[in-house]
Amino acid sequence: MLPSFHYSHSTMIEFRLDRASGVTTYWQIVQQVRRAVRIGRLKPGDQLPTAREVVAKLAINPNTVLKAYRELERDGLVASRPGQGTFVTKAAHAMPHTAHTALRRSLERWVRSAREAGLDTENIRAIVSTTLQESEDKVGIA
Amino acid sequence: MTKRYGTTPALTECSLRIPAGHVVALVGPNGAGKTTLLHLAMGFLNLTAGDIKVFGWSPQAQPTIVLPRVGFLAQDRPLYRRFKVRELLEFGRRLNPRWDGELARLRLERLAIPLHRPVGKLSGGQEAQVALALTLAKKPDMLLLDEPLSNLDPLARREFMQVLMDAVAEEGLTVVLSSHIIADLERTCDYLVILAQGQVQLAGEIEGLLDSHRTIVGGPSDRALLERDASVIHSSHTPRQTTMLVKLNGRPAAGQWEEHHVGLEELVLGYLSRPSGDSSNKPEPVEPAKHQ
Repeated sequence: MLPSFHYSHSTMIEFRLDRASGVTTYWQIVQQVRRAVRIGRLKPGDQLPTAREVVAKLAINPNTVLKAYRELERDGLVASRPGQGTFVTKAAHAMPHTAHTALRRSLERWVRSAREAGLDTENIRAIVSTTLQESEDKVGIA
Repeated sequence: MTKRYGTTPALTECSLRIPAGHVVALVGPNGAGKTTLLHLAMGFLNLTAGDIKVFGWSPQAQPTIVLPRVGFLAQDRPLYRRFKVRELLEFGRRLNPRWDGELARLRLERLAIPLHRPVGKLSGGQEAQVALALTLAKKPDMLLLDEPLSNLDPLARREFMQVLMDAVAEEGLTVVLSSHIIADLERTCDYLVILAQGQVQLAGEIEGLLDSHRTIVGGPSDRALLERDASVIHSSHTPRQTTMLVKLNGRPAAGQWEEHHVGLEELVLGYLSRPSGDSSNKPEPVEPAKHQ
């Protein structure tokens, strides 16, 4: 690590890379920003680290960061201001508790049916995994 | 390009075009021709046949145009070991028309590398950083690095790549990095060239390559079905199971088999394990020009 490295402004988020996850680098950055906004760690007006800062910390290709930020901008989650940086624009909307509970219940019903049909835990996990993957499949790697 | 050392072929009718502005991973087994290719790009060697151009110029015929624009870091990082770091900086300043000594000094200071110490007394990681700083101080448009991470511990490798990627972010450098350790390259490179037995086995943007390949696990009869939609690069069998690395020909393959996405290491290993002489998946022939 470059000694005494610190972000030049106070950024609220630090990215990490999970090599073992099989998820491509730029997508991990997108997911981490989305998650941070969702849980309120990033609020509107917060600045994301600059591409140079991310690169200096993680030693990744700078185009990867730019690509992730462009994707987030397309989502409307962040906006880049030339000469200034990239800033969060959207606030998290917390999912109402009732929606969360209803989703849980319907999943529990589905798992019950799957077991009744003879699927074991591994089969069930595989179906869930494939379905999730297909729903996320813009990237091509997961 | 073709290059032979005496009668020993090093590169045989190798066709390649490397796009500017990318970080290129040049991978392949030892003896594949990676070092030869880099030396040809620097004009250190004569081609036996064919043609090589860097930014449109011939490195051998126009060294005064090419050499200031291309930096080269050799595998053994030859630095004069008795010289102090700051003496090497001075040496560089006197030899190079374009030279940013201030930036080099700044980078080395940030890494806490003592400028008054002889190079021979530095650690492997520090020596690699000095060599990199000197090469970057030339302000090249392209940097060729021959196995730059070999003999470096994981922290030193990380620090080296941090500085290199920072230079790419800052200066828009084109980088060609040869290595036989693929894991180091996955997060930094966006273009891949696989060289084996003196030939280009595969070349292209990494994202596109990973998108167009899959690992398929199926039964023994699946191969024939699969070959309608895809080219099989490599396969291995048990009596009941066939595992294949395939290249999709446009549409996704549809069938009763398991399909997995492919990582960079798996892709490279699959192409390197392909039976030699199998040219069914060679990249389309391109003009024998490079780095345009």
